[in-house]
Amino acid sequence: MHPQSPPPVTFGETPFTRSKRRREKIAFAVFAGMVACIVIPLFLIVGYLVKEGAPLISWDFLTTNPVGGMRKGGIWSALLGTFWLVGTSLCISAPIGVLAAVYLNEYAKDNWFNRVINLAVVNLAGVPSIVHALFGLGAFVLFAHMGRSIIAASLTLAIMTMPVIIASTKESLAAVPRQFREACWNVGATRWQTIWHIVLPNSISGILTGVILQVSRTAGETAPIMFTGAVFYRKIEEGNFFAYGLADQCMALSMHLFTVTTQVTNAPHALPFAIATVLLGFVLMVNLTAILLRSWLRGRKKW
Amino acid sequence: MVTPKVQVENLRLSYGPKEVIHGISFHIEPNEILGIIGPAQSGKTSLLRCINRTIEFTTNTRQTGTIRVDGEDVSQMRDVYALRRKVGMVAPLPVGLPLSIYDNVAFAPRNAGVRQRAALDEIVERCLRQAALWDEVKDRLDSLGTKLSGGQQQRLTIARALSHSPQILCLDEFSIAIDPVTTMRIEDVLKELKKEMTIILVTNLVQQARRLAARTMFLWNGEIVEIGPTSEVFSDNPKDRRTYDYVNGIFG
Amino acid sequence: MISSRSKLSLYGEKAIEWLIRICGVSAIIFVFAIFFFLFREGAPILREPGFNLWRFLTSTEWYPTSMSNVRYGTFALIAGTLSVTGVAMLIAVPFGLGAAVFVSEFCTGKLRESLKVIIELLAAIPSIVWGFIGLTVMNPLIQTVFHVQVGLNVLNAALLLALMSIPVMVSIGEDALKAVPDSYREAALALGATRWQVIYRILLPAAKNGLLAAVLLGVGRAVGETMAVLMATGHAVNVPHSIFDSVRTLTATIAAELGEASQGSPHYRVLFLIGILLFTLTFIVNLVADLVVRGINRK
Repeated sequence: MHPQSPPPVTFGETPFTRSKRRREKIAFAVFAGMVACIVIPLFLIVGYLVKEGAPLISWDFLTTNPVGGMRKGGIWSALLGTFWLVGTSLCISAPIGVLAAVYLNEYAKDNWFNRVINLAVVNLAGVPSIVHALFGLGAFVLFAHMGRSIIAASLTLAIMTMPVIIASTKESLAAVPRQFREACWNVGATRWQTIWHIVLPNSISGILTGVILQVSRTAGETAPIMFTGAVFYRKIEEGNFFAYGLADQCMALSMHLFTVTTQVTNAPHALPFAIATVLLGFVLMVNLTAILLRSWLRGRKKW
Repeated sequence: MVTPKVQVENLRLSYGPKEVIHGISFHIEPNEILGIIGPAQSGKTSLLRCINRTIEFTTNTRQTGTIRVDGEDVSQMRDVYALRRKVGMVAPLPVGLPLSIYDNVAFAPRNAGVRQRAALDEIVERCLRQAALWDEVKDRLDSLGTKLSGGQQQRLTIARALSHSPQILCLDEFSIAIDPVTTMRIEDVLKELKKEMTIILVTNLVQQARRLAARTMFLWNGEIVEIGPTSEVFSDNPKDRRTYDYVNGIFG
Repeated sequence: MISSRSKLSLYGEKAIEWLIRICGVSAIIFVFAIFFFLFREGAPILREPGFNLWRFLTSTEWYPTSMSNVRYGTFALIAGTLSVTGVAMLIAVPFGLGAAVFVSEFCTGKLRESLKVIIELLAAIPSIVWGFIGLTVMNPLIQTVFHVQVGLNVLNAALLLALMSIPVMVSIGEDALKAVPDSYREAALALGATRWQVIYRILLPAAKNGLLAAVLLGVGRAVGETMAVLMATGHAVNVPHSIFDSVRTLTATIAAELGEASQGSPHYRVLFLIGILLFTLTFIVNLVADLVVRGINRK
């Protein structure tokens, strides 16, 4: 008795494969839907902000001071304040942060002390912004007797951004393969010569991207500057780039949005939208620049 | 008696708890080629890294014993970078630095203070010729060192090692990434170079040691099984039975 | 010629190394400095007669400016923070991890790059702008959609926090999913599994450490958020009974009241004490997340 031959194999559609494909499509739709639920409202909201605020935005708006109890006029004093805060704080946090990362990645031996430093850095990055405000108040405004001033606020912002700069710089440095360093040491180059000639030039793009991203973060923060140097209102000279001194208190774009929204009664409807649009526009432009810089430089990889 | 160029006394090396070199002692005469043969993980590379003190870049190592270069204890040398310029090192994996080919070879002389273009040109050409790479790259010295083929990068590494005029040249399995013909060319260069410098040739290719080395050392599991004139080590009656077995491929 | 030059460069090298070392140690100094200064301003309240730490943490009566009967109970504020964070995570975790799955498994090339850019830009929106959106967009939206009187409540803030934490979750979650070797996917597909089965049965369990870290980091972000919740939660100090109740979070309380508290007064010190509480909370959450992420990278 011979065994029955198996049925011929076909690769056509069966109900099973049809239902499989349907389930695949459903899965795709569900996940795509989730993404859409995030992305679409984002576009709608940003679009609404811009639509409501755009009519007020003009060159005058950016270069004249607010008047009439901040209900009319422009945002010059706030814009300049933000500029000084961002610039000063980055001049402090970027060099120290980059050098700290160089130490952690290039010099530090793998012992408990340096592991603690690494842990400290990572967790410093997660501290809430209001806690930074309290720290800035206690340390710079009061203890160091700087009073509420641009310098106190900038130092507070610098402490806020430094851990992130350290972390992203470390990542860029670590991306340079170890064998390049070893090849340099083998020909008698010192650690610093190796860093200066090989490591830094090949990680500078990542470092720069990290620093640029902190520019936008600094510009958008409100809590750390609220109690350390930013004020609701201050009159300064229009058109003068140096109208603020380091010991002065200043207005800031983020603070101004808060003020106009919550402290100013009967403000024209479009005004806070305009401020929000300017702030958002600046932040998104800076971030987009950093992102484009990152992908352009990634294409020019040297190994 | 001539001071040995390199003198190793009772060297012990541990990576963490594991000892990899168990108290070896030997010396190297000036202007000789010493071949070091032995299976993988015998401590050959670690030994070289102790000589030029790049072992210090590895954390958690412990080293005892003395290594003398020209009679001077290397661990007592204040200027370790001068030591590393005195000892040229060619690692087994080819590495082209992300600089132009010219800058790859000019890197060490520039660090040492050589600035004039003419002097650098001379060094670059000489070293690239000695590394049997000049003809292939002489028209594109500006191109990136990292874009060369593996074999070319290995020769570039050799050129870099020669660029600071070392007195001792350490070659750690230099022919791994290179084809046999080019290997022969470099072996010819080594025979010429030994007139100017002392050469330590670590190799997996036993026959390479036979061709080039005046004396050969068989290192196995961190211990010197045998060291002596090459003819003796490769003969039918070396001092140690294990040498005969390894050389003839019975193990390893 | 060479030896005198190299002596100079040896000293120069040492000097640079010391400069770099100082910068490196500065990081750890700052963590301790933050704790030190918070403590310096806040701790004195612990020794004040009449101040009870237990009551501070468990009482719902927050009347810091009362003339006659000052009470510093933060339980309602803690409840505010937890409720807002909790609801935010209920929204953010499925959407965030879902988006991570989509970006990692369902799309390639240009679409993937564009989505990643959009999500990164989402992360860049400043919290004050989110607060503004909460006030002007979410507020009326919630009022009309859910037919409630007040749109400044737990739901409002939770929606904002969700949108703020999602980018973090997507980026870390995507890293975690990318770390799962392709061989897992290929093996499963070769056995006839659908994409969904591969994700559900193989990838999510394999990446669970990283996904957990992603969620924890999102939580850390939400707990620490100040301006957005300040503007979107209303100003009611009470334990919420529904997502339509107004609340106050710990962060918003500090921001709202620090301006009026005179320096050195008990109210002022209590606010710093809340700051210590927040610092400790977020420190622990971030530490755990970091250790979990380190656990994956070590594999």
